[in-house]
Amino acid sequence: MNVEYRMEEIQLEAFPHIQVQHLTVAYGGHVALDDISIDIPERCITAIIGPSGCGKTTLLKSFNRLIDLQDEVTVKGRILIDGEDIYDPRTDVSALRKKMGLLSQRPQVLPMSIYDNVAYGCRIHGIKSRRTLDKIVERELRSASLWEEVKDRLRSPAARLSIGQQQRLCLARGLAVEPEVILGDEPTSALDPLSAERIERKFLELKKDYAIVLVTHIIRQARRLADYVIFLYLGKLIEHGPADEVLNRPKHAKTRAYLSGHFIEDASP
Amino acid sequence: MARRHVEEGVFKVLMAGAALILAASLALILGTILFKGLPALNVAMLISAPKGGYYLGKDGGILNAILGSLAIGFGSTALALALSLPLVLYLNIYLKKRSRLALAVRFFLDVLWGIPSIVYGAFGFTVMMAVGMRASLLAGTLTLSLVILPIMARSMDEVLKMVPFGLKETSAAMGATRFETAFKVVVKQAYPGLLAAVLTAFGRGIGDAAAVLFTASYTDFLPYSLFKPVATLPLAIFFQLATPFPEVQERGYASALVLTALILAISLTARWFGRRFTRHVIR
Repeated sequence: MNVEYRMEEIQLEAFPHIQVQHLTVAYGGHVALDDISIDIPERCITAIIGPSGCGKTTLLKSFNRLIDLQDEVTVKGRILIDGEDIYDPRTDVSALRKKMGLLSQRPQVLPMSIYDNVAYGCRIHGIKSRRTLDKIVERELRSASLWEEVKDRLRSPAARLSIGQQQRLCLARGLAVEPEVILGDEPTSALDPLSAERIERKFLELKKDYAIVLVTHIIRQARRLADYVIFLYLGKLIEHGPADEVLNRPKHAKTRAYLSGHFIEDASP
Repeated sequence: MARRHVEEGVFKVLMAGAALILAASLALILGTILFKGLPALNVAMLISAPKGGYYLGKDGGILNAILGSLAIGFGSTALALALSLPLVLYLNIYLKKRSRLALAVRFFLDVLWGIPSIVYGAFGFTVMMAVGMRASLLAGTLTLSLVILPIMARSMDEVLKMVPFGLKETSAAMGATRFETAFKVVVKQAYPGLLAAVLTAFGRGIGDAAAVLFTASYTDFLPYSLFKPVATLPLAIFFQLATPFPEVQERGYASALVLTALILAISLTARWFGRRFTRHVIR
C-alpha cells in the first residue's frame, strides 16, 4: 500500500523539471553519452546508477553545462529546464548554474574563510549588504548542521575543517544561492559513514523543496534515497523508472545483472 | 647486491653531490662578495652619488646606481606584471587545457626566455633610434620589462597549471564568470607561487646589465627624469671592477653586496607582507 501511495504522489507532482531529449555527448572521438532521452521529475530524488565510466557524471554535469569546461566536448540534442533549452546560445550560463546547485565528489572548499565560502555565490549574484549576508550564512550553516561547530571561527580558513565538515560547508554554500535543483556527484563517497549519513538525511529533507539528482555507485544508497532511478551502462540509457520498479523488478537483463553483482556483459538481452 | 640497490645508491650519491655543488657555489659567491666587499662598504657609499674622481678612488658613492636600479627594477616588474597576469589567466582559465593557441603562446614565451638580454638591449636600441629616443630611464625600463616578461609569464603559468581543476569547476558551478573565478579563486589559491614568480623576475631584471647598457646608459647623476639616462648597479659593478685600482675594485664588490642585499630585502619584505594572503590556500 505504501508503495502505491508513493507512486501516486510522484505522479501528481511529476511535472518534468528537467527534460533530456536525444542527448549525445562526446569528448573528442569518445562518445560518453549516446542518445539519452529522459524526464526528471520535480520534488524527488532521482538516482543515476551504473558502473564507473558509464557516463553518470557526464550526464549530471551536462545539466549545469559544467561539461563546457572540458576539452573538445561536443553536445548534441537538447536539455530543457523549465521548458528552456539550456544549450541554446542565448542561455545565461551563470543564471543556469545558480539554479543548479552542485555537490561534488570530494568536498571542494574555496581558498577563503568559512564565511566567505558560504557567501561566495551570494556575492557573485549581487548580494552586497553585510547584514543580509550574515543572515544567509547563519541560516545555511544551521541548516547544514554546521553552525554550532564553526560559529566561533567563521573567519578561519575553510580548508582547516574536517572532510565531513567541508562537505556540509559545500552543501551550505550551494544552498545559499537558493537553487532549484540539487546535483550530487557521489557526494558521500569521500566521507566517513557518519558524515555520509548526515548528508543522506539532509537530502531526504531537501527533496520537499528541490529536485535532487544524485549520481551514486552505491546501490544501497539508491535504495535508501531514490524515488526514481536511471541506469546507465557504457553511455547508454538502459532502464529508468520509479525506484521500486527498477531496483526490485528490473525489466532489463543488464540492470538485473548490475544490481545482483554479476558481470553485465554476461547478461542475456 | 641487486642491480636495483646499486641504482638506488648511485642516485643518492648523485643527488647529494648536486646539492653540495649548488650549496657550495652559493656559499662561495656570497663569501667572495662579503669578504671582498664588506671592508669597502660604508654609509657614505650608500647615501651619495659619485663625486669627481670617484672611479679613481676619490669620494662619493653609488646612490645613483641604487636609485636607478630600484626605479628600473620596480618599473619593469610592474610593467611585466601588468602584461603577464592577464596573459596567464587567459591561458589557464579562458582557454582549455589542450588549446592550440595556449600551446603556441607557451612555445613563443619559451623562445623569448632563451634570447640573451644583450639581444633585447640591441633590439631596444634599434627601436629607440627608429623613433628618435635617447637612452633613458624609460627606454631601459621598457627594454628590461621585455627581458623579464617571458620569465614572469612562464613561471606564473606553471603555477596556475597547478591549481586544482576542481576549484575552477566549483567556482563555475556557483555561477561565477571566468573573470570572477580568476580573481576571486585562482589568484588567491596561487598567490604564493605568483609572488615567487614576480620576485624571480624582479631579481633577474634588477641584476641585468646587458639590456640596460645601451638603453638606460649610465650617469653619475641621481635619477630625476624618465627621459634622462640612469645608472644601474650591475653597470656600476662593472665600471668599478674594470678600473685598475684595487680600492675601487673593492667598492665594486661592495656594490655587488648592496645589490644582493637589496634583492634579499625586497624578497623578504614582499613575503612578509604577503603572508596574510596565504592562510586560506588549500593544500
